[in-house]
Amino acid sequence: MELKMFILVLGLLVGSLMPLGGASGSPGSGTGQDECKKNNGDEKNGNKTTKKSFPVLTLDYKKVRLPFEISLWVLLASLMKLGFHLMPRLSSIVPESCLLILVGLLVGGLIKLVGEAPPVLKSEIFFFYLLPPIILDAGYFLPIRQFTENLGTILMFAVVGTLWNAFFVGGLLYGVCQLEGTNLASVNLLSCLLFGSVISAVDPVAVLAVFEEIHINELLHILVFGESLLNDAVTVVLYHLFEEFTNAGTITVTDGFLGIVCFLVGLCGRSVRGASESTACILAAFTSRFTSHTRVIEPLFVFVYSYMAYLSAEVFHLSGIMALIACGAVMRPYVEANISHKSHTTIKYFLKMLSRAQVSDTLIFIFLGVSTVAGPHEWNWIFVVATLVFCLVARVLGVIGLTFVINKFRIVKLTSKDQFIIAYGGLRGAIAFSLVYLLNPDHFPKRNMFLTAIITVIFFTVFVQGMTIRPLVDLLAVKKKQETKRSINEEIHTQFLDHLLTGIEDICGHYGHHHWKDKLNRFNKKYVKKCLIAGERSKEPQLIAFYHKMEMKQAIELVESGGGSKLPSAMPSTVSMQNIQPKKPLQDRALPQLSKAREEEIRKILRTNLQRTRQRLRSYNRHTLIADPFEDGLDEILIKRKKMKELEKKISQMNNYLTVPAPPADSPSVARARLASDPQAWGLKSVTEIPTIKVELVSPQNPESVKVVDEFSKKGSQPKGSEEEGGLTMRVPSSEKQRKDKTPDEEPQPRFMRCLSDPGPAAEEEDEDEPFLP
Amino acid sequence: MGSTSSTLLKIPNVEVLMQETGFSPAHIIRLHDRFKALDKEGRGHLCPQDFGAIKELAMNPIGDRIIGAFFSPGKETVDFHTFVKILAHFRPVDKDRPKEPNSPEPINSRSNKLKFAFQLYDQDKDGKISRDELLKVLRSMLGMQVTEEQLESIADRTIQEADLDRDEAISFEEFRKSLEKVNIDHKMSIRFLR
Repeated sequence: MELKMFILVLGLLVGSLMPLGGASGSPGSGTGQDECKKNNGDEKNGNKTTKKSFPVLTLDYKKVRLPFEISLWVLLASLMKLGFHLMPRLSSIVPESCLLILVGLLVGGLIKLVGEAPPVLKSEIFFFYLLPPIILDAGYFLPIRQFTENLGTILMFAVVGTLWNAFFVGGLLYGVCQLEGTNLASVNLLSCLLFGSVISAVDPVAVLAVFEEIHINELLHILVFGESLLNDAVTVVLYHLFEEFTNAGTITVTDGFLGIVCFLVGLCGRSVRGASESTACILAAFTSRFTSHTRVIEPLFVFVYSYMAYLSAEVFHLSGIMALIACGAVMRPYVEANISHKSHTTIKYFLKMLSRAQVSDTLIFIFLGVSTVAGPHEWNWIFVVATLVFCLVARVLGVIGLTFVINKFRIVKLTSKDQFIIAYGGLRGAIAFSLVYLLNPDHFPKRNMFLTAIITVIFFTVFVQGMTIRPLVDLLAVKKKQETKRSINEEIHTQFLDHLLTGIEDICGHYGHHHWKDKLNRFNKKYVKKCLIAGERSKEPQLIAFYHKMEMKQAIELVESGGGSKLPSAMPSTVSMQNIQPKKPLQDRALPQLSKAREEEIRKILRTNLQRTRQRLRSYNRHTLIADPFEDGLDEILIKRKKMKELEKKISQMNNYLTVPAPPADSPSVARARLASDPQAWGLKSVTEIPTIKVELVSPQNPESVKVVDEFSKKGSQPKGSEEEGGLTMRVPSSEKQRKDKTPDEEPQPRFMRCLSDPGPAAEEEDEDEPFLP
Repeated sequence: MGSTSSTLLKIPNVEVLMQETGFSPAHIIRLHDRFKALDKEGRGHLCPQDFGAIKELAMNPIGDRIIGAFFSPGKETVDFHTFVKILAHFRPVDKDRPKEPNSPEPINSRSNKLKFAFQLYDQDKDGKISRDELLKVLRSMLGMQVTEEQLESIADRTIQEADLDRDEAISFEEFRKSLEKVNIDHKMSIRFLR
C-alpha cells in the first residue's frame, strides 16, 4: 500500500521534473544544453504572450528555476531514502548506495526518454557542495583513539597501497593497450597512469555507505575508512602530477625527476595544509571559547571554519579532504568543551542530515546513476574488462603484501579474514568519477572510454561487492561491532594502564607509543587547553568529564522516570556535580518521602511566620557547623557557632511559652515538629513578636538578639542563598528527639566547600524549598 | 654483534631466563644494556634511587608504585633476573605458541598481566582492592584537580559497578571481569619487547 503511494509520488515528481527542468537539471549544466534551455524558455514566453490580455496569471518560472530544481532534487533524494526504509526486506539485501544508483539510472533513463538531456554531475557541485559535508561529518566524529592507534597501518595502506595500485593498474593497462588486436595504441603511458591513479583510490563515500550497515568491528572499520580518507592526498597529488605532465606534452628526464620531487612536496605539503587547517581549528576552538553569550551561532563557527580550511587547501591543490578531516577531528575536543549541549546536538544532527544519512550521499549516488545514462560512452570491451580485473587483482595483492609487512610491527596482527575484508571493502565511488570527468578531452582523447570504464568499475564494486559483503561478513564470522558503553571501571583502569605502560617504557628507555602520547597529553593540558577552553572546564580532567557524563545520564533517566525518590548512590555525586558546574539545572534532588499534606502545613506556617533571613538561618544548626580546618572562614564559623548556642539556650527558655505567640491553628504534633526541626526560626520569630507581648522577658536580650539576627542574616545570607541556589542537600534521616537538626546534611564539609566556592546568593526564594524531615 | 654470545655468557643463568620469560637473546642483551645504564654505580643490582633517577618516571603519577613493583617485599635491590622477569609481563602475547598441557602459564599471558596490574592497586596484598586503595590511586592520578568528595563519589561508584559479591572491595576476579572488554593483550604490551 505504502509502496504504491510512494511510486505514485515518485512518478509525479519525475513528471514535474521534466518539463520544468528543461534541459538543465542542476545549475551549471553543460554548454550543449543551453539551446534546449532557450527553446523551452521561448516556448514559455510564447505561451505567455498568446494569452496576454491581462497578466492575471503569469508563469515566471525562470526566476525560481534554480532553487526550485535543487529543492526538487533534494526532495527526490529524501523521498528515496524514506522509501527504502519502508521496504525493509529490500534494504537488508541491497545496500542503500546500490538502490540509489538504480534510482538515478531510472530517473536518468526517464529523462532521456523524454528527449531532454539529463543533468550531469558537475565536478564543482560535487567537490564544493556535496562532498565537504560528508567529509566533515566523518572527520568530526572520527574515533580518535582507534585512529591514532592504527595510524601507522592506515598510512601504509593509504600511501603505499594507493601508489602500488596506481602504478600496477596503470602499467598493466598500458601493456594491454599496446597489445595487438586492440585499437588502443593511442593511449599513452601517462594517460594510463593517470587513470590508474584515479581509479585506485578507495572512496570514502562508498565505504561509509556500505560499512555503516554491516556493523563490523571497529578495527576493520577504522582501517578501511581511514585508508579511504587518507588516500585522497596521494590521489590528488598523483592526479595533478600526471595532468601537468600531459599538458606539458613531452616528458624529459628532468621532468620525471621534478615529478618525483613534486610528489614528495605534495605529500609534505601536508604541513602547509596542516598550517591552514590548524589555524582553522585553533580559530574555531578559540572563538567557541567566547560564545557563552551567543549560543545559537556556535554551530556556524564549526561549519564555516572547516569549510574554509577545505577551500584553502584546495587552493594549493593539496588534499582538501585531509584538511577537513584533520580540522574536524582536532577541533572537536576543544569546541565540545566550550559549546552548550544544544549546540552540540545541533552540530551533530545538522552534519548527519547534510551528509551521510540524508542529502549529500543520496544525491551523489543518484547523480551517478543519472550521469551514467547521460554521459558520453565509449565502450571498449577489452579495456573495461582489463581495468576491472586489474583493479581487483591489484587490491588483493596490495593488501596481502602490505599486511605481511605491517604485521611485523603490529601487536595485534591482522588475520587473513581481516585482510580479506579490507581487500573486499575497497570500493570505488563518485570521487573517481568526478576526477575523470574533469579531464580535458583535448589532452585525453580517450576520456570517454575512461569514463565508461570507471563507471563500470564503480558499479561493479558498489553493486557486487557492496551487496555481497554483508553475507560474507556473516559467513566468515567476522567480529561485529560491540555496542557497549564504557563503564567507569574501564575508564579508570585504562588510564591507570596508560600510566603504567608509560612508566615501563621509561624504565626500558624506549620512546614508544605511550611515551609520546603522554607527552602530547601533558602539552595539551598545560598550554593548549588553557587557551582554547573557556573557564573552569580547562582544568577538568578527562576522567571527571566522563564521570559527569555518566552521572548526568543517570540523573536524567531518574528524573524522566518520575523520580522523587532517593538517589542512594548518586547522592554524593550530586554534590560533586555542584562543584564543577554551578549552573547546572537542579535535576536530581534527593527528596525524602514526606506527605504532601504535612509539607503544605509546614510551608504555610513558614510563610506566615518567617522572613527570608530566618529561613537562611535555619540551616545553621550548630550540629552542622563542624569546622573544616582546611577552609577559610574558620573564625566566622566559630563565631556563628557560639551565637547559635546562645540562641538555642534562649529558645529552650522560650519553649515554655509555646502558646504565646502561637501561629494559627497548629496541631501539637506539627508544632512540635516545627520546634524540633526549626529552633532558630521559632526562636527568632518569638523574638520579634515578644516586644509586643512580653517586653520584660526579652528586652534585655532583645537588642542582642536582634543583633544576632542581623549578623546571622548577613553571614547566613550568603551560604543559605547559595544553598538555595544550589538546592542540593543531602538528606539523612535523623531522629527528631535529641537532634534539632532537620534540614541539612550530616556532612557539613561538602556543604561548606560548596557554600564558599559558589558565588553569592542568587535569586530570592520566598518559598521554602527544603522540606523538613518528619 | 659478534659479541652477543660473549655478552650472553656473562649473564648468569641466561638460558633459564630466556626459557622462563620467552625473550630472545637480542632482547636479553638490550635489557642488559639498559640495566647497566640504570645501574650507575655498577653494583650489579638496582636500588630505588636508580629508578628515581629516571626523570620521566618521577613525573608519572603512579611512578612510585611501579618502582615498588620491581622490589619484592622485603628486598632492597633488584637484580637482573628480577628486572627481566618483571618486564616480561609486558611482552606481547605469542599467539602461535603451542599449548603444552603441563607447562606453567607464561609470564606474559593475559591473566598474569592483569595480576601484575592488580598488584599495583592492591598495595597491602590482601587480594582485594579496598575503597581506600582505590581512593589512593585516584588521588594520585587526578591529583589536585578535583575535590576530595568527588574522588570519594567516583570511588564509590567504581566499587559499586564492579563489586559483584557486595563486599565493598574489588577482588581479582571482579577486576578481571570489569576489564573483559578491554584488549589487555594490546594495552599491556610494549612493542619492542616482542
